[in-house]
Amino acid sequence: MTSWPFLVVAAHFVGAAVLLAMPRRSRRAAVVVALAPMAAAVVMAALAAGAVIDGDPVTADISWLPALGVSLDVRFDALALIFTFAIAAIGMAIITYAAGYFAPEADLRRFLALLVGFAGAMMGIAITDNLFGLFVFWELTTVTSYLLVGFQDEKGSARAAALHAILTTSLGGLAMLGGFVLLFQAAGTATLSEIVASPPSGTTTTVALVLIFLGAFTKSAQAPFHFWLPGAMAAPTPASAYLHSATMVKAGVLLLLRLAPGFAATGVWTPVVLTVGLATMMIGAWRALRQTDLKLILAYGTVSQLGFMTALVGLGSPVMLHAALAVLVAHALFKSTLFLVVGAIDHQAGTRDIRVLSGLGRRLPWLALIAVLAAASMAGVAPLLGFATKEAAVAALLDEHAWIALAVISVASALTATYALRFVFGAFGTKPPSGEVDHVGPEVAAPGPTLWGPPALLGAAGLVFGIVPGAVDAVVSAAAPGGKLVLWPGWNLALGVSIAIIAAGVAIYAAPAALAHLQHRVAARLAALHVPSAEGSYRWLIDMLNRVADRVTGITQNGSLPVYIGVILITTLTVPAAAWIGAGGALPQLPPLGSAAEIALGVFVAVVAIAVLRAKRRLAAVILLGGVGYSIAGVFVLFGAPDLALTLLLVETVTVAVFAFVLGRLPRRFEEQPWRLGRAMRAGVALVVGGFVTAAALVTNGIRTAPPVADVYVELAPDAGGRNVVNVILTDFRALDTLGEITVIAAAAVGIGALVMRTRTQRRTDDVPDTAREAA
Amino acid sequence: MSITLAVTAGILFAAGTYLVLQRLLTRIVVGLGLMAHGANLILLGAGGEPGAPPIVGTADPATFGDPLPQALVLTAIVITFGVTAFLLALAYRSWALTAEDTVEDDIEDRRIAELRRREHP
Repeated sequence: MTSWPFLVVAAHFVGAAVLLAMPRRSRRAAVVVALAPMAAAVVMAALAAGAVIDGDPVTADISWLPALGVSLDVRFDALALIFTFAIAAIGMAIITYAAGYFAPEADLRRFLALLVGFAGAMMGIAITDNLFGLFVFWELTTVTSYLLVGFQDEKGSARAAALHAILTTSLGGLAMLGGFVLLFQAAGTATLSEIVASPPSGTTTTVALVLIFLGAFTKSAQAPFHFWLPGAMAAPTPASAYLHSATMVKAGVLLLLRLAPGFAATGVWTPVVLTVGLATMMIGAWRALRQTDLKLILAYGTVSQLGFMTALVGLGSPVMLHAALAVLVAHALFKSTLFLVVGAIDHQAGTRDIRVLSGLGRRLPWLALIAVLAAASMAGVAPLLGFATKEAAVAALLDEHAWIALAVISVASALTATYALRFVFGAFGTKPPSGEVDHVGPEVAAPGPTLWGPPALLGAAGLVFGIVPGAVDAVVSAAAPGGKLVLWPGWNLALGVSIAIIAAGVAIYAAPAALAHLQHRVAARLAALHVPSAEGSYRWLIDMLNRVADRVTGITQNGSLPVYIGVILITTLTVPAAAWIGAGGALPQLPPLGSAAEIALGVFVAVVAIAVLRAKRRLAAVILLGGVGYSIAGVFVLFGAPDLALTLLLVETVTVAVFAFVLGRLPRRFEEQPWRLGRAMRAGVALVVGGFVTAAALVTNGIRTAPPVADVYVELAPDAGGRNVVNVILTDFRALDTLGEITVIAAAAVGIGALVMRTRTQRRTDDVPDTAREAA
Repeated sequence: MSITLAVTAGILFAAGTYLVLQRLLTRIVVGLGLMAHGANLILLGAGGEPGAPPIVGTADPATFGDPLPQALVLTAIVITFGVTAFLLALAYRSWALTAEDTVEDDIEDRRIAELRRREHP
């Protein structure tokens, strides 16, 4: 049984379901249930690691909808191993942390259920080898992310942010699905590994790739879709640390990494992916410098780092992919650490505003140390993992003479060092007293072990792996062979670039006035150019959507029943008429006029029907309707249908009686009504409908090709126990129809009973005050 | 199907449509009744030329009218009766509640339409 990765994924969903079923108050048990599937994932990833790193992925075919090429085929390769391990290990840290983070009255159980369900979906993305299976898990992460961003659903801002996130990512997901379908068509298979092994080419493939890029870019918060990610900071901090920095937002990069070996040489790949990645990296870093909320500094930092990874994948060569994956691992570690530190600060101090926090470093030196370690990794300082990975990227860029990319990445990396400093000093530094805000800091209580333990572990991992990068390198190289992570590269050009980057970052931090001036000028210049902001465009788009929906609804749903019926009738006519004209519009051989008796009855029916229209009194209209019915019964007799004639006579009589009963309560005459549809309009529609019915009856007449089934009925009727063939059809050959008919009548009877009796009792209760008044 | 049958059915449909396209519930019910009669004529005509009642032993089976459309019409007559009765009960209830026999516009739909008119005159 090699489908255990699938079983581990399934275990997460089971865990989520169990959590939802648990009582709200059993927090400890909830934490255990949440940890269990992730522990299983870690154990199984560790067990499989040896073989997987040697290039022997665990595979299993799990068919789902084979006819559509949809399956849940498992392919647990080195890339899946990295993701599974990161999802499970960081997930366990987050769950432990969440247990200490949430107040006793918060619904920890629901949070954990969503988190564990998300983890299962995310692992599903990593291990699935089928395009459509991947899409399903992809959308599951979208939904869980939506629920987690909107976790504090009593806050309007959280709901708006959640809506923004799901709209952006699911629109991208939809485009991606279209891309998958096209890719499936072009490649003839939906199995990812096969597609990448022998990639299709041509226009279809190009269109497919662009659509898939949309999915990847929205998920990984690339410009111009990046804006949902800062908004997603409305989620509880443990969720932000997990979904919106360490795992989910990497899904887009993961997809690009999976496709790159097959498609990086395609003409559309590098220009689009590299450009978007570089732009995102700059925008994210630039905006991170402006933030005063610690969480937003990190969120824009995440946008920037995702841009970094995307740009590297955009260059597409093996060594670049290696560097991108290494950066991804390093980022997962340091960014989740930093988020958890922010969560601890927020939890203890009640604020994340760097203008308010002061002196926290002296009060919480250990937390500060964890933050410094992680921030140094983010800035790319040796000997942390962030240094080794950035070094690998810089060396690769130098090697391949990708000068423009190197220049942009260097500048953005310098800004990264700046906002790392801004983060550390903003959170833990001591600020000069100011009259505007009351500083918070020295009186803050120390956080409990669940709040500093998990970030300490994750931060320490960044240090350990930085000193021993071989451990990370072994797995990363198995997934993307081509590069190497080393602790000390020796004195070379790449190291010089790295040192220059950090020096520039420190220099920028040291000149805050100049930076603020520059930020201001750029903002002013952009405003003068009327460059629409991502946020503004989103608002405009949503607003337009609502307006168009209002307009369309206003036009199609004007609320008037006659108008609706008119539209339905005209549609009913137009479609078959169009089909008839489309088929050549052949006119039929006209049938005979009919016997004299038929003509006489027909004329009578027509006259009575028109009299119904002119009737001013309700009772007259009903009696005339009965007259039409009796005449039709006459037609039935002519056609050799005595049963029908008898039934119709009976039904018409009862109908008139029922009408008379109801009409007794209604006014005698029809009230004149203001018509929504004018009289001429109604007459026009009526004539068209009538003409169409006549024409359709004549056209369809005589086109029968098969012999009537009734011949068999006639033959078999005596065997079924009756000589009247119509009766035998109703009670035997088509008895099920009759049963349905009886059911309809029974349902109508129950409805009528309820309507009439309810009215009666109501009237009786209504009567009471009247009688009382009369008595008084 | 004779021309007479087809034309009669068309007239019944036209009259029924005219009545259904307005808002007095009793008139709508009468209109539906007319349309149902028209539909029954079409069904009957689909069976071909008039023939003898399809009762085995009373005539040569070759002269029988087609029994299948007859069975369908029988079902249709009964269903129409159920629908008519139910609509009349609705009319009765509507009268008891509002002293009106009209189908009002859907208020929510009207509101959206008004919104549109206000925003885009």
